[in-house]
Amino acid sequence: MKIILYIIKKEFKQIFRNKGMLPIIFILPLLQLVILSNAATYEIKNIQFGYVDADNSSTSRELIEQFEASTYFNVSEKFPSEKEASQAMQEGTIDAYLNIPTHFERDLQKDKTKGIGVFIDAIDGSAAGVINVYITQIIQNYNKNIVADLIQISDTVQKPNSIESIPLFWYNQTLNYKTFMVPGILVLLVTMITLFLSGMNIVREKEIGTLEQINVTPIRKSHFIIGKLFPFWIIGIGLLTIGLILAKVIFNTPMLGNLGLLYAYTSVYILVILGMGLFISNFTDTQQQAMFIAWFFIVIFILMSGLFTPIESMPKWAQILTEFNPIKYFVEIIRMVMLKGSGFVDIFPLAIKTLAYAIVMNGLAVWSYKKTT
Amino acid sequence: MMKDNNVIQVENLSKLFGDFAAVNQISFQVKAGEIFGFLGANGAGKTTAMKMLIGISSPTSGKATVAGFDVYKETESIKKNIGYMSQKFALYDDLTVKENITFFGGIYGLSKKQIDQKRCELVEELGLQEVTNSLVASLPLGWKQKLAFSVSLLHEPKIVFLDEPTGGVDPITRRQFWEMIYKAAHNGTTIFVTTHYMDEAEYCDRVSIMVNGKIEALDTPKKLKEHYKTDTMNDVFLKLARG
Repeated sequence: MKIILYIIKKEFKQIFRNKGMLPIIFILPLLQLVILSNAATYEIKNIQFGYVDADNSSTSRELIEQFEASTYFNVSEKFPSEKEASQAMQEGTIDAYLNIPTHFERDLQKDKTKGIGVFIDAIDGSAAGVINVYITQIIQNYNKNIVADLIQISDTVQKPNSIESIPLFWYNQTLNYKTFMVPGILVLLVTMITLFLSGMNIVREKEIGTLEQINVTPIRKSHFIIGKLFPFWIIGIGLLTIGLILAKVIFNTPMLGNLGLLYAYTSVYILVILGMGLFISNFTDTQQQAMFIAWFFIVIFILMSGLFTPIESMPKWAQILTEFNPIKYFVEIIRMVMLKGSGFVDIFPLAIKTLAYAIVMNGLAVWSYKKTT
Repeated sequence: MMKDNNVIQVENLSKLFGDFAAVNQISFQVKAGEIFGFLGANGAGKTTAMKMLIGISSPTSGKATVAGFDVYKETESIKKNIGYMSQKFALYDDLTVKENITFFGGIYGLSKKQIDQKRCELVEELGLQEVTNSLVASLPLGWKQKLAFSVSLLHEPKIVFLDEPTGGVDPITRRQFWEMIYKAAHNGTTIFVTTHYMDEAEYCDRVSIMVNGKIEALDTPKKLKEHYKTDTMNDVFLKLARG
């Protein structure tokens, strides 16, 4: 026990003496939290929108006004013909345009239906999908109005309106993306910092030769590893704390669940990551190698965590892979606890998985750390 | 002390890396309290052999005991009884002199009182009073090496292994370093030292010379010179190492 304390003391001294590392540990992650939480959003706004109005009727002008009124569209230009509009799309100055054909108003009143051309730049497929939904909504809202007007004028029997769904958004009523993103990004930075630091720490001692000096002492493997990892565990918990404070102060992210539960889970979770870092450092000889391997895993873990893209829409095999992704567990749990107020019972299955993961990972790490080669 | 007892006993010890025998069936004994010089050209296998004896590298075949413990099964017991100073300076550059001593004393399991006492002795002996609170990185190489040697003796080991301890050090510091070695030997510590300086070989009680993984000669410097009919260890070494 006393031996572990000597190691912990030494590690903390080295961490706080390293003037280059301190800002990387404490300032960069928080900048990341602030920047990413604001920038990483699925909301599609400021769509550059053009149109061709061959009809030039009051109906077509009203339809365009609907787009102008929407906060999602920047109606930039009226094109004389489709050729110019398509040219503008090619050049990338507009994201979408509407082609209103001649006799639009007349045909609409006569036949009650009229096709209208919608063109969307679909290089980013998911954004194009969202833009399509926006445009369809605006057109349909407008189109329904016309129908209603017509009904009143001709005074016919009220036709049943199409079925309208009234969505109720639970847990994040205002659909605030920051509320959704902040907890996830917090997970990211706690994970990245602890993985990189622990992964590189022991390799660094290999590089400078002090690990050999440690290996000729009678120190027990477990003592050395606990002493080595404990400081990074503290740093991980510290980062979570600072991150949660920032989330509250800057983003007003709700904290519906039990804070103690979140901390309890995080302390187990960090063990998984530290074990992983140590495992990596046991199989690498230089910090560079360790960095690349840690980076490789981090990228896969992040992209497959459900943080940016929903796991449900991944192919089956990828979904199975995500079962081995600790970041996925934590993203799910932090969202459950913070946004839904989930309790111990709700997170129990994932928490048990995390604990098992921690045991396996650290077991592997201790096993693969060899004082004698 | 167990004078005239063998503290290191090596019999046909080998280490293979694939087909290459870095250490090829070496056998020798080191007596308690002896200064044993372990010579050889670069790449002759000295460091590999030493790593097997200090328990951080498993031998491929052969037998060896260090301080009475087996190098295969009892490496951790060996480690309690030995000190080691590597070729590469291996104290922490970003810790102070004091912190390094405290740390290594701590992981060898010394009590706080023992550490404080050792530290005072050591700092005084090395004349490091003014730099105890300076980072080790700021010390000149010679001082660093002397400090590393002292740290390897902190837990009063029976045997201390020194791997080219005086590489790159000026002649005055080299002389002081050997005074420290003599002093430790006088206190009963067995010294196992590798070096490239043949004048240092003359200071050893006995010397072995390794060539291509094998021990080609082992005796006192005086007898070796007689046997090879030369005046200096330098010539002995050249005769052997050139084959």
